[in-house]
Amino acid sequence: MPEAIPSTFFTRPPEWSWLIVWYFFLGGLAGGAAFIAAILELIGRPGDRPLIRVAYYIAFPAMVISTLLLIADLGRPERFWHMIVQSETARPAFKSWSPISFGAWLVGLFTIFTFIGFVRSFVEEGYLRWGWLADALRDLPGKLFAVLSGLLGLWVAGYTGVLLAVTNRPIWADTSFLGALFLLSGASTAAAALILAGHAMRPVPDASVHRLERLDTGVMLLELLALLALVFSLGVVARVWLSWWGALLVVGVVLAGILVPLALHARRRRFWPASVTAAVLVLIGGFLLRVVMVLSSEGIPYGG
Amino acid sequence: MAEPMGFFTDSTVCIGCKACEVACKEWNQLPATNGGQNTLSGDSYDNTRQLDGIHWRHVRFIEQFNEDRSQGRWLMNSDVCKHCVQAGCLEVCPTGAIIRTEFDTVVIQSDVCNGCRDCIPACPFGVIGMNPVSNTAQKCTLCYDRLKVGLEPACAKACPTDSINFGTIADLRQMAQDRVRKLRAEGESRAYLYGADPGMLGGLNAFFLLVDRPEVYGLPANPQLPSRNLGPNAVGATAAAVLAGIVGYFTLGRDRPEDRTREDRTGEEVRRA
Repeated sequence: MPEAIPSTFFTRPPEWSWLIVWYFFLGGLAGGAAFIAAILELIGRPGDRPLIRVAYYIAFPAMVISTLLLIADLGRPERFWHMIVQSETARPAFKSWSPISFGAWLVGLFTIFTFIGFVRSFVEEGYLRWGWLADALRDLPGKLFAVLSGLLGLWVAGYTGVLLAVTNRPIWADTSFLGALFLLSGASTAAAALILAGHAMRPVPDASVHRLERLDTGVMLLELLALLALVFSLGVVARVWLSWWGALLVVGVVLAGILVPLALHARRRRFWPASVTAAVLVLIGGFLLRVVMVLSSEGIPYGG
Repeated sequence: MAEPMGFFTDSTVCIGCKACEVACKEWNQLPATNGGQNTLSGDSYDNTRQLDGIHWRHVRFIEQFNEDRSQGRWLMNSDVCKHCVQAGCLEVCPTGAIIRTEFDTVVIQSDVCNGCRDCIPACPFGVIGMNPVSNTAQKCTLCYDRLKVGLEPACAKACPTDSINFGTIADLRQMAQDRVRKLRAEGESRAYLYGADPGMLGGLNAFFLLVDRPEVYGLPANPQLPSRNLGPNAVGATAAAVLAGIVGYFTLGRDRPEDRTREDRTGEEVRRA
């Protein structure tokens, strides 16, 4: 008797393509940025303040673009609001057990939080001189805001992986590690983006950048573990990656996106081009991770 | 609620005439592909190829012959949405477009669906596809509009050999079990029912009589609900979040001496340096 074909191969791909790949990357970046901003707000140094502001300069535009990408990807974009309000009954449309339903609310809520953080950053830098706005934002309970937006951010970064898993498609539905992997990758890419922003500042906030590099090292090690666990959990389905997708995963994501940046971070002597190179590679690797995870399963046609 | 209704498709009497496909397309006004000029698939007599947004019945042709075709058999089966009692598509649909009707069937309301396409990978059978005319996800409705006025679904009405049977689930199961018993008594020992048992997604309201492994008919051996992955992935993501937080605490919250700028150092340290 021939080897049984895994049941996930009898399904049809949703044709989620580049718009969704970019959304997964930007959503992860925004969520990770809010997470890092929260930790810096809670236990950081006074010198970290400019990077907290940058985190929201990254997070809010990334979420606006994400929302537009998600709406543009719909078959009927003018009905995007059906995800929030039931069109026939005007009741809230919410299913806690459906990641896409949950995610629609999460993205909306998190975008509002990043908007508040974004405006606060402008006020802090003195660009917006409306007295009442400055007063209102000064009264904002900063630590509570940081905790809530950081948690929402992690949720946004992680739910995208859970969304893929809660299907019946090959790879996506054959593992329990997609949520963890996307969350860690989001945190790692956000750290890289903030490191790059730090290098663009004058003077460069060295103390902050060095600590962000150590954060990224730790998170990348966790990400590597999650990726290994994912590959092993796939079992025979991992054979799908005996292809160009597997090559891209090994070379683009693991080698260029994780191992080389880890090696660059491990250098004892500080050298800014190494730090910048590592950050750029982490961002590219994080994007390629979404490319491989989404498109390699998308590419498997209906097998029934 | 009316009694649960469904299909029992007996593949052993299907003759591959595709009357079901035509009746379905006519009644439901589904578009032809390629302006009606079909390209040949090269796969037996099957040019429909699959179930999707504009093909809600699909007659599958399986040729099981030896090398010189001296021995063999034809298998034919009219595939359709299974109207699962535990339906993966209904589970994930974020707009409420997918509903369970009073007939215990699963219907996508095309005027509510916004085309997010999450139901397509959620279906364990690959039944749902996008309809390019409406730009929404579509599939068999078990002719909900006909059921409402007491008619049977178009495909069952058109089927000339009663391979497609429509009725209450209780009646259909009885009919199907009798048929399996009869076939086995007559020597077709491979006959069995696919999906009639509640063990498969609570029972499929469209189930089948088959004489080979499910995979041969393009059906998964072990269809499951997408929500089985929610708990484990959520736990994994939560664990990752906690670990990331711990890493954040020990990296962002602690300085090493080389990190500190001149301004950060205390007067004592500066004097010593």
